[in-house]
Amino acid sequence: MKFTVLILEGPYNHEASDSAHQMIQAALRRGHEIRGIFFYHDGVYNVSNKMDPPQDDRHISARWQALGEQGIDIVVCIAAAKRRGISDDLLVPGTRISGLGQLAKMVIESDRLVVFGE
Amino acid sequence: MSETPRKVMITVRKAPHGSIYVHEAIEVMFIVASYGMELSVVFMDDGVMALKSGQNTSKLGIKGFMASIGALVDFEVEKVYVDRQSLLDRNMSEADLVSIGEDEDTEEPIRPRVLDSREIAEMMADQHSIMSF
Repeated sequence: MKFTVLILEGPYNHEASDSAHQMIQAALRRGHEIRGIFFYHDGVYNVSNKMDPPQDDRHISARWQALGEQGIDIVVCIAAAKRRGISDDLLVPGTRISGLGQLAKMVIESDRLVVFGE
Repeated sequence: MSETPRKVMITVRKAPHGSIYVHEAIEVMFIVASYGMELSVVFMDDGVMALKSGQNTSKLGIKGFMASIGALVDFEVEKVYVDRQSLLDRNMSEADLVSIGEDEDTEEPIRPRVLDSREIAEMMADQHSIMSF
């Protein structure tokens, strides 16, 4: 099955980003396809390349980078990003900034949309 | 691209103005509608307060989204529904609801349609995707 994952919460404050990551890993293990991952609202902070958590904690943006480098399309909403001071040069590799139209396209091309955060 | 338009629902469940959720949900509505999907929008829980007419956010120092709500129909967001029980729970009625556009022929204001939770549940079951905000 083809999934799109929409993530609405920032990293660390809430579990949404972790849950999304776990769901994606589980889906991939089961042989499903992730059509795309879309970050909206405070979710745009998930892929900041300035993230530098303590060494004994999980590194959230590095996890998204790894998925992006596996070839999964990871998109940060430009309108949400601009409001929050996130620009292209602040993103981890394997992710990109684009419009909400990309979310619409992902939904059209997926069997299921899964939303994390509120 | 699929041949029949995807049925997509956006739910708005949060109170307006105290957070950006409703505002950014409306931005998604405009885009989804422009991508030719069969969009329906449901305001429920505290989200129904976003549709109360006569709101003015100027003293809050934020732009607000009331202009966008008034232009929903112009941007082809036409199926806009409100959960009846959520209105009742907040001491609101159909008469409190803002206009979301104008009828092209009669120039009468168009208002969101109030539905029972059961009808909304049936609609939800029929969707390809639901985006909840």
